[in-house]
Amino acid sequence: MSNQQNINSLPLIIIAGTPGAGKTSILVHTIRILKSANRRPALVKIDCLATDDDIRFAKLGLPVLVGLSRDMCPDHYSIYNLDEMKEFAQKNHADSLIMETAGLCHRCAPYTENCLGVCVIDSTSGPNNPGKAGPFLSCADIVVVTKGDMISQAEREIFRERILEANPRCYIVDVNGLNGQGAAELAQKFQSFKAGSSGEDKLRHNAPFAVCTLCIGEQRVDKKFHRGLLRNMNGCEQYVGE
Amino acid sequence: MVKIECISLIGGIDKSGNPENITSLDIRKGEIIGIVGPTGSGKSQLIADIEQLSQKDSSTRRQILVNGKVPSPALRNDPRQKMVAQLSQNMNFLADMEVRDFLRLHARCRGKDQISTDEIIQKANQLTGEPIKPNDNLTILSGGQTRALMVADVAVISESPIVLIDEIENAGIKKHEALELLSGHNKLIMIVTHDPVMALSAKKRIIMKNGGMSTLLEATPEENIVSEQLTGIDATILQLRELLRNGKHIRETDLHNLPQSLLCKEENASLTL
Repeated sequence: MSNQQNINSLPLIIIAGTPGAGKTSILVHTIRILKSANRRPALVKIDCLATDDDIRFAKLGLPVLVGLSRDMCPDHYSIYNLDEMKEFAQKNHADSLIMETAGLCHRCAPYTENCLGVCVIDSTSGPNNPGKAGPFLSCADIVVVTKGDMISQAEREIFRERILEANPRCYIVDVNGLNGQGAAELAQKFQSFKAGSSGEDKLRHNAPFAVCTLCIGEQRVDKKFHRGLLRNMNGCEQYVGE
Repeated sequence: MVKIECISLIGGIDKSGNPENITSLDIRKGEIIGIVGPTGSGKSQLIADIEQLSQKDSSTRRQILVNGKVPSPALRNDPRQKMVAQLSQNMNFLADMEVRDFLRLHARCRGKDQISTDEIIQKANQLTGEPIKPNDNLTILSGGQTRALMVADVAVISESPIVLIDEIENAGIKKHEALELLSGHNKLIMIVTHDPVMALSAKKRIIMKNGGMSTLLEATPEENIVSEQLTGIDATILQLRELLRNGKHIRETDLHNLPQSLLCKEENASLTL
């Protein structure tokens, strides 16, 4: 097997979710279980400006890599650097790669077709949230629901129904980030996941349209300074520029 | 729908990682089991394990069997197949929606679209003081109104053969009426409680300690007598509560009802022994 094929057969698990949903907590519990089953995943944490999650991950005694996207879109950054992450995993003799994204604007999804896409969502965010969450929920293979112990059984059941409306094919796992309840089921899913076979991996969902002038540093508010594909609140969309 | 005859709690570990004293416990339909113990001793976790039908995958490593068998994942997760109704300790709803919409949605989740939401609200209002209105937002309900609505929701929409109740005595709702609403015929009921009246009304009780199931006690004949006397005392206290709530002064005679009724009960009880 060539090196490139080797890299492509490495199972890739991508974790996305809103800030504070409990991505890192549920991962720590899940990875502990994987470790006790003699698995050796490499862990990558992507964040925008700063993170100290790598310290929590490092305690697990597994290879940990941190990437800070700074001025770049964090999801774009994580996809652009996939090869580097896979090489890191391979160099450290890992049997899989688990990447936790920063995931912020909710208009794209960081999952590739070959990966196991895992969305972490906080059930205290209310039953309307799954409908608003966008592609990082609707394109996920597994949806992990956290903080279920803080709401009533009825609210939990409604939340679950709403997730299934947004993503009828997903597998839902309830995990308690504090005590790890449910993490065993998630670890089981991680363990049984095999890398997809398609040679050229693609994103499951497109990112938002093009680049806007704010993205390239414009700070002035007045309408006349804006270029690119612009959408007015009245529904009109136009392209301004050359 | 699976018919429940019995669930088995297979002991796991306590907070120190030692095996639980009770290694296995069968609970049959029709039984009411109390769960008592100091705060932090693992009572709520025990009923969380039963609600989730844990398979050695919670912090306690307990396993729950249904009719002696490992339950299927659908029984654990799918609200339409769930056989467990749980009244948790929560005193607030976090869902930002109107009472009627919430009940309708929940009924749909449980596959019971035909249920009347007004009937549930009416049942809830029998347990609480100021009435809940169908178009109230869930998040503005008081602790007592929330609790009352949760009880009525669990009793009607989540109507299941296994009922788990966590501290029904809190939030000042009418606990006896609430318990009656939740109980129903031939159900398997587990009640977490700090209230002696509730604890002694169960035929058996599990004593929790350091996160583990420590002992199973059966109510003694003497406790049954005490239980009846306590019910009398409790009725007096509830009466006083209602008087106070309605802006009345309490008179000594309001209390004097108490010893007399107790005395009668005691004589009767000793006779039946």
